[in-house]
Amino acid sequence: MIGGEQTGIEPPVMAEWTGVCGLDEIPRRGSRVVELGGIRVALFRTADDQVHALEDRCPHKGGPLSQGIVFDRRVACPLHGWQIRLDTGHACAPDEGCVRRYRIKVENDQVFIAADD
Amino acid sequence: MNRMKLVMIGNGMAGVRTLEELRKYAPDLYDITVFGAEPHGNYNRILLSPVLSGEMTLPEIMLNDLDWYRDNEITLHAGKKVIEIDRIHRVVIAEDGTQAEYDRLLIATGSSPFILPVPGKDLPGVISYRDIADTEAMIEAAKSHRHAVVIGAGLLGLEAANGLALRGMDVTVVHLMPWIMERQLDREAADMLQASLEKKGLRFKLEKQTEELVQGGSGRVCAIRFKDGETLPADIVVMAAGIRPNIELARAAGLHCNRGIVVNDTMQTFDPRIYGVGECVEHRGVAYGLVAPLFEQAKVCANHLANFGIGRYQGSVVSTKLKVTGIDVFSAGDFSGTDAEEIVLHDRQGGVYKRILLKDNRIVGSVLYGDTADGSWYFQLMKDRQDVHDVRDHLMFGRNHLGDTGHKGESHAAAMPDSAQVCGCNGVCKGEIVKTIKTHGLFSLDDVRKHTKASSSCGSCTGLVEQILASCVGGAYQPADSRNKPVCGCTDHTHEAVREAIRKNKWLTIPEVQQGMNWLTPNGCASCRPALNYYLISTWPHQAQDDPQSRFINERAHANIQKDGTYSVVPRMWGGLTTPQELRAIADAAEKYNVPTLKVTGGQRIDLLGVRKEDLPRMWSDFAAAGMVSGHAYGKSLRTVKTCVGAEHCRFGTQLSMSMGVKLEKMLFGMWSPHKVKLAVSGCPRNCAEAGIKDVGVIGVDGGYELYVAGNGGIKTEVAQFLCKVPDDDAVLEYSAAFLQLYREEARYLDRTVHYVQRAGLDYIKSRVVDDAASRKALYERLLYAVQDYRDPWAERAAGLDKHEFTPLTLHRRGATTSGQAQPA
Ligand code: SRM
Ligand SMILES: Cc1cc2nc3c(=O)[nH]c(=O)nc-3n(C[C@H](O)[C@H](O)[C@H](O)COP(=O)(O)OP(=O)(O)OC[C@H]3O[C@@H](n4cnc5c(N)ncnc54)[C@H](O)[C@@H]3O)c2cc1C
Ligand code: SF4
Ligand code: FES
Repeated sequence: MIGGEQTGIEPPVMAEWTGVCGLDEIPRRGSRVVELGGIRVALFRTADDQVHALEDRCPHKGGPLSQGIVFDRRVACPLHGWQIRLDTGHACAPDEGCVRRYRIKVENDQVFIAADD
Repeated sequence: MNRMKLVMIGNGMAGVRTLEELRKYAPDLYDITVFGAEPHGNYNRILLSPVLSGEMTLPEIMLNDLDWYRDNEITLHAGKKVIEIDRIHRVVIAEDGTQAEYDRLLIATGSSPFILPVPGKDLPGVISYRDIADTEAMIEAAKSHRHAVVIGAGLLGLEAANGLALRGMDVTVVHLMPWIMERQLDREAADMLQASLEKKGLRFKLEKQTEELVQGGSGRVCAIRFKDGETLPADIVVMAAGIRPNIELARAAGLHCNRGIVVNDTMQTFDPRIYGVGECVEHRGVAYGLVAPLFEQAKVCANHLANFGIGRYQGSVVSTKLKVTGIDVFSAGDFSGTDAEEIVLHDRQGGVYKRILLKDNRIVGSVLYGDTADGSWYFQLMKDRQDVHDVRDHLMFGRNHLGDTGHKGESHAAAMPDSAQVCGCNGVCKGEIVKTIKTHGLFSLDDVRKHTKASSSCGSCTGLVEQILASCVGGAYQPADSRNKPVCGCTDHTHEAVREAIRKNKWLTIPEVQQGMNWLTPNGCASCRPALNYYLISTWPHQAQDDPQSRFINERAHANIQKDGTYSVVPRMWGGLTTPQELRAIADAAEKYNVPTLKVTGGQRIDLLGVRKEDLPRMWSDFAAAGMVSGHAYGKSLRTVKTCVGAEHCRFGTQLSMSMGVKLEKMLFGMWSPHKVKLAVSGCPRNCAEAGIKDVGVIGVDGGYELYVAGNGGIKTEVAQFLCKVPDDDAVLEYSAAFLQLYREEARYLDRTVHYVQRAGLDYIKSRVVDDAASRKALYERLLYAVQDYRDPWAERAAGLDKHEFTPLTLHRRGATTSGQAQPA
């Protein structure tokens, strides 16, 4: 199973992967939140079981993206409805902005986050 | 895969819009080649007028630049005119010999200005007004010449004349008819318009027939001579006497043509491989000359090119607006007819003229001069064929009068200063909206909402935004047909069609609906999924599968999300009544979970604001222990039943309003609905519970209750309408439930009762709820069935349901040991 990183480039061997949870702990078209070094990170699982991780702060006014509705490769922010792309962290046009992205891999139905690069 | 070849002739507004729509439906179906006679990308032709008048520049009006064609892998032959369509070999051939084969062909050649067949028509200095080259020629001529004559006082002629005047020329408009814009305006409006244009310096010669354009010493045109012998000096003459669809190419290829290339409802010509859109075509006998209908054609055409085949073009009703800064004229529909009734308001001094034509209680035409703020409202009513009987007496005073245009009731959109705030929710000013419309080439309310956010929140400024849009793009603005509104961009199906299909096919899950109705996106979007979820659970209660991931966070978490990501908790206080125990439980919870704010709400209960999501289940379990349940302050569901003290205590009370309110609230507990539902019960007509602005308002009177429905106290206050009088408490329950069930079954998601009743009509509601006892009973039963066995969502979650929703994950490490901080990828 492939994780959220869509570049096809294998993560460097040095990468430090930290286990977060089992894939089935994140609802499909839903999300879970994990705290990482004082930052709230939202893990999203799409309908086709891709997992993406974004900082849980909307580029608009800081809304918690984890609480939004997930569809296709996007999440709609619960506060004012901006749509954020899960794979790039960019806001969808016409809105502009970008949110921090974290690398994820899914192995044996376990989700790992790159805690260090 | 071998892709089909699509060739398009004519690189203008209708054609390119078709390609854009096609890209949405089927991005990879075709290899696309485009021929355009003009050496440019696609630009916004209607904005040539502001370019001429100097209010905009050419680069600002480009819609699709050359990069767009490259990015979309479209081969563009700009500056190459097609001279032949060879239908046998299926190729088109351009002037310079370039050829392209097609599997499907789209003709979008637009039209050409009609040139009066008079001597001198080919002289230098005689210009038509259609494209960039013409506009540049006029701007150039204005630099060195003085006298301009414009032939034709239609929209185009007047805009040309205004532009040339602003560029410093002496302009005379010559017209064959007794008044200007005779196709769009009646005489009164036309005279008023002419007077204001004359104030701007234009001169008019009406009922003049041109005989000759006279050549001067330099070889250029120097004068115009009329049949009656009069002559006028003319250094340039602009021909704006109408347009002729460009059909020669199609006719030579043997396609059936009348005035335009004849197409059917799927935009196909006589040869089914060949489609036509835009000004060059004729559909059901009409050739259109404004972009709004052409865009509708484009949508249908793209749908068919994409092999979807569900769209049909059935003709358009059009409206026009003159784009001359500072002058407001609006016209729509048919106002020439004699059998229509008319309502007229004419204030000559104030410069306002309004005429509305009605047939069978429906608007069939309207002409507005001076104050056009309500143009798009009349137009919408006309398109929707809305029965206006109920509002007829104040129709003339506009939507604002009915409380619909925005809180400040600002009306003269065109006259508003750029700094005036339009959208109070998002702080958007007029200037920003105008600029965005122009720079992004926007035509629809939806686009303006997306780009500027104006009118995207509470929507009360929608009318005003529509006006601004109309004043920027003229007749190109067409309000969406609200009767046939698709659910969202993921589908072309309407809400009604979706509901019907869910019922007929007994679909129980969202994917079934999306597959069954060919959704265009893999799993819908944040607009359609909540709607589908509601349609499923309301149509098939206890059977359809509720999908929490398709509910807005408030309904998923059973609390209201706050701006800082915390939540608020509102326990139910039945009918606004409470007890010392309940108050104690609230006080205890507030202390235990460090709730920063406690507030008495407008709905007669108490709100605990600023609760951490993790604390919700424990707080709820404390409330459950005190016998309290969710107040659904977050849901598209029953909110509150407000009551007054009533006959229980009040010296005026005629009915026991508190106990009636509690009965209603208990009956409706657990009801999901298209939007939130609020009720109130007052003990007498003094109406202290404000029943007059509720979805269902109940007012106690001697010997029974009066029922009111479809009131709204929110964005625009709407007074509830009298439904009927009933004798007792049981009847209140039955009638209220029946009305709400009808709303639940038939309204579109996010319609409040007021919107639903406005569309369905109170007479219809009465026929189902009041007049027909069997129908009422059946509705009542269905409502009771839908809410039966409803379990308090808070208690369920306190007991562990959806635990993941409320518990954050914690990290467990594997691999190397450094505890570095996470980095952005
Ligand atoms: C808490 C309360 C204000 C208060 O402190 O009094 C409130 C708070 C909100 N209202 Fe309200 N409304 C509250 C009474 C009202 C009332 C008065 C009433 O119910 O008697 C109205 C006008 C009556 C009506 O609805 O017809 C009202 C008309 C609105 C509207 C406009 C609805 C409309 O159709 O016009 C919205 C927006 C919406 O629902 O789309 C809204 C939306 C909201 C939301 C839910 C905004 C949101 O979507 O997040 C607010 C949540 C605040 C929060 O974070 O908790 N609120 N809101 C009131 C809760 C009452 C309750 O006990 O449940
Ligand atoms: C100055 C002006 C102001 C206007 N204002 C408004 C307004 O306010 N509101 C409104 O709704 N409408 C307005 N219109 C009308 C609107 O612009 C037209 O309805 C619309 O552009 C028609 O679109 P179309 O694609 O059918 O034709 P066009 O946009 O004219 O496109 C047709 C294209 O096909 C090309 N072509 C023709 N024959 C061939 C060939 N044989 N080979 C290759 N290419 C060919 C033409 O050069 C042209 O570029 C205005 C028009 C003008 C000129
Ligand atoms: S509580 Fe209601 S009126 Fe107050 S800010 Fe929120 S939505 Fe607006
Ligand atoms: S904070 Fe996300 S849309 Fe406003």
